[in-house]
Order: sequence, then C-alpha cells, then structure tokens
Amino acid sequence: MSDDLKAAVAAGVLPAEERFAELLRSIVEVARSIFHARASSIFLYDEDTDELVFAAVANPDEQSLLGMRIPSSKGIAGWVLSSRTPLVIDDLKNDLRFAVDVAEQTGYVPQGLMAVPLLHDERVLGVLQVLDRPSNSRFSLAEMELLGMFATQAAVALDLLASARRARAALDGKGDMAAVARVAAALDRLEEDKRAAGLALLRELERVLS
Amino acid sequence: MTAEVRAHSEHDDERPAWSLAREAVPGIALENPLPDRVDREWALGGATGKGVKVCVLDSGVEVDHPAVGAVAGATAISLDEDGNTIAAPDTEGDLCGHGTACAGVIRSIAPDAEIYSVRVLGAGFTGSGKVLLAGLRWAVEQDYDVINMSLSTTKKAFSELLRDIADIAYFKRTLLVASAHNMPVESFPWRFSSVISVGSHEEDDPLTFYANPDPPVEFFARGVNVEVAWLGGETITATGNSFATPAISAIAALVLSKHARLTPFQLKSVLYLISSNVGGRQ
Repeated sequence: MSDDLKAAVAAGVLPAEERFAELLRSIVEVARSIFHARASSIFLYDEDTDELVFAAVANPDEQSLLGMRIPSSKGIAGWVLSSRTPLVIDDLKNDLRFAVDVAEQTGYVPQGLMAVPLLHDERVLGVLQVLDRPSNSRFSLAEMELLGMFATQAAVALDLLASARRARAALDGKGDMAAVARVAAALDRLEEDKRAAGLALLRELERVLS
Repeated sequence: MTAEVRAHSEHDDERPAWSLAREAVPGIALENPLPDRVDREWALGGATGKGVKVCVLDSGVEVDHPAVGAVAGATAISLDEDGNTIAAPDTEGDLCGHGTACAGVIRSIAPDAEIYSVRVLGAGFTGSGKVLLAGLRWAVEQDYDVINMSLSTTKKAFSELLRDIADIAYFKRTLLVASAHNMPVESFPWRFSSVISVGSHEEDDPLTFYANPDPPVEFFARGVNVEVAWLGGETITATGNSFATPAISAIAALVLSKHARLTPFQLKSVLYLISSNVGGRQ
C-alpha cells in the first residue's frame, strides 16, 4: 500500500481532533486533582513558529486560553522546553517575571508551579504545568515521579494528535485518497452486521482489482 | 609540564607517547598522590573554593544578585548563519532565573569560587541543541576547572559530539558535572562515564551527598525544596536535579581549592570516598 493510501485509511479511522483534545484535558484535570493544585495546563510546541501553544487547560473558566501562544524563549516553560528538564518552584513571592508565560495571558500569577517537558523518543513535544499546589505541603521526590508519569501519558497523547494532524495534512489536495479515507471512516462507524457486509464487499472489490 | 609529556619528551624520537621506557618511570611521579586515608577533613577542611573557576552553563546569571555576588565573567553563546560559534559578552543577565539559582547554590557552598556564566539557553527553542553543544565546546576551551550543566539533551544526533567534548574536558582536567534526568528518558551528557552525574536526595544538609552503587547516576545531592536565588534579587524554593548538580560542582570546587590539579578521575574518587554513605557523614 502506498504511503498516501495508508495515510488516507489511517486518517479515515483516526478519532477526530476533538477526541485528542478531550484526552489532553482529562490528563490536566487529573493532574490538577492529584496534586490538589489550582490549575494545570499543557503547552504544545509549534516548530513552525517556535512558539508554545496552550493545548489544554484544566480550569473551565480558562478555556479561552486554548490556542494562545507564547514565544518558546520565555519564562519557565521555555527553559523547561529547551533544557528538557523538569522544574518545581514554590514560594514565588512577588516576582512576576518568572511566570511571564502564564501571568501575562491570564492575569493570574501563581505562587508556585511544577513544569515538566513532554518527551517522546528524542523529541520534546511540549510542556505540562501544574500551578499552585497547597502552599503548606512540602514537595517530595515521589511527587516528581508522579509528575513524570503524567508527562509521559500526555506526551503519548500529543504524539497521537500530531500523527493524526500529519495524516490529515497528507490528504490535503489529494481528492482520490480522501475518498478512501471517507470510505474507511464510514466503515469504521457502521454497526457490526453492516460493517461485516461492508468488509465483505471491499474484499470482493479487492479481488476484482487485483 | 605534565608527567605524561615529560615521559614522552625524553624519548621523543624513539618511542611513541603511549609507551613507557623503564628509565622513564621516575619521570611520571604523580602530581597528586592521595593520602592513605581520604576523609572530609583532608578533602574539604577549611576550603572555600578560592582560586577555582566554576562555569555555569545555563540561562545566564543575574548581575549583582545578593546570593550570587560577583560574577567573574559572563558570555552569551549564539550561532551565525553558517553555524559558527559567536561568544559575546552577556549584557542581558539571566533570562529565566535558573542559571542564577545554580550560581547561588555554588556560592553558598564554595563562597570564594570564581563563578563564570556561559549562557546557552533563552534565545528560543529552535537551535537550542546546537547552541548547547557550541557553548560546552567553548567553555571547555576556556580551561574552567568545573563546568556545571544542569541540563541535558535527548537528541541522539548530539550524543557522540557531546561525548567527544566530554572526553576532551576529562583529559584536560575540566570536570563536567551534569544533571541526571528526573524522568526515565535517554538524555545526555550525564550518562557518560567521563562526567559526574547527579540526582537528588530529600535531606536538607547541602554537604550531605551519597554515592550511588547503581549508576549511571553517580551521586545524589540536596535537590528537594532548596532555597535558591532567582530573578530580581529574590530567593525561591525549588526542586529538581538542576539544584543538586551545583551542590556537587561546589563541593568539587572546595576539593580543588585545597588540592589543585586533581584529575577528574581522582576527583571522582575523592568524592566517592567522602560521600555520606562511604567515608563521611556530616
């Protein structure tokens, strides 16, 4: 099967982008809950513009942040991205500059944050942040481990999202292949009986074509 | 002149540098023989880091931060269009706070060490790996005694280049101290045997550190809830191997200020012998 055809079939059966967004949001909501934090967010790194983009936010009041962009050179998130190293900070007092990435966009200045790179293979896909854990709780290495586990999960989700986007991009301008994608998608949505019939039909088509 | 060169020069035309003639043996007396018993008093007693050059390869260091004090030199690394390294005086200080934090940890343990800042982060993500490589290469050329690297790269394409630079540093007696990654990922240069790699323990004493019998992480130093310098003359509480690493850099500087010209191999041995789970608990 050609790469275009594979991409077409894959794009047809891949979940819609909204499903990945749901997964990312679920990850940040669980992260916020587990750490008893005030907020949590995921930045996706956009290679084309060298920016970080808000891809998920746990707080329902801050969904408007989605899609907002900050330069990858700014603040803690930028350092975590470039150094590929996690960082946990408490007790920020009144220094706004540290959190310019978040604070400028939201008007919300956290007192503390955890930031961890989202690493998949050798690539860094973005940054997961958890803001304002309870101020009286002392951070532990066990929490760092937990944070790393969430980051791994989020990185897998981001990688899937990127794959889906690439598959769809491969279809742009290729009408014939897009038709294959639609067939694959339609087949994927069918009830069990109809799906079996559809597959049987495709097998017959395959026999005729080959 | 080093012992190795001395041994070679007596027989320049006769033997290659990698052999040792019987009559040349007296010429390679060690510069730094270790005593029968290496303990914390021998290694660190009264040491302040004076005369030792420690480089912080990071996001820059804030000028005149009260917890850092004087910075002996600050350089910003960038690349021109052809990929050539540009090392210019750094007038921007710290773009994030992280480099200042590392410098502050070093100052708190080795108060008289000469701290140099080499900025390789902060210009955006694109090209950051190449700038890191160029910055490390430049720093090794400057003959710093210790280079603190509280960062790593996951780019496999850079690993061999980094390994070459780390080996050059090793043989010219520049100690590279690198953060182990906090997450289960493959990253560099901390995994190399030519560097000292550092993870975190949860205790509060900055001079408590442990040797790890199960490398590649070789030592654990204080890295959890550490009060560190940050931007704007502030201090914050921070956690990460990033802050354990400069503790080991600073302790290495203390040792070097008493015992100059130890090789990285000897220095690593001394750190092992005085670590809290081997020879000394303070």
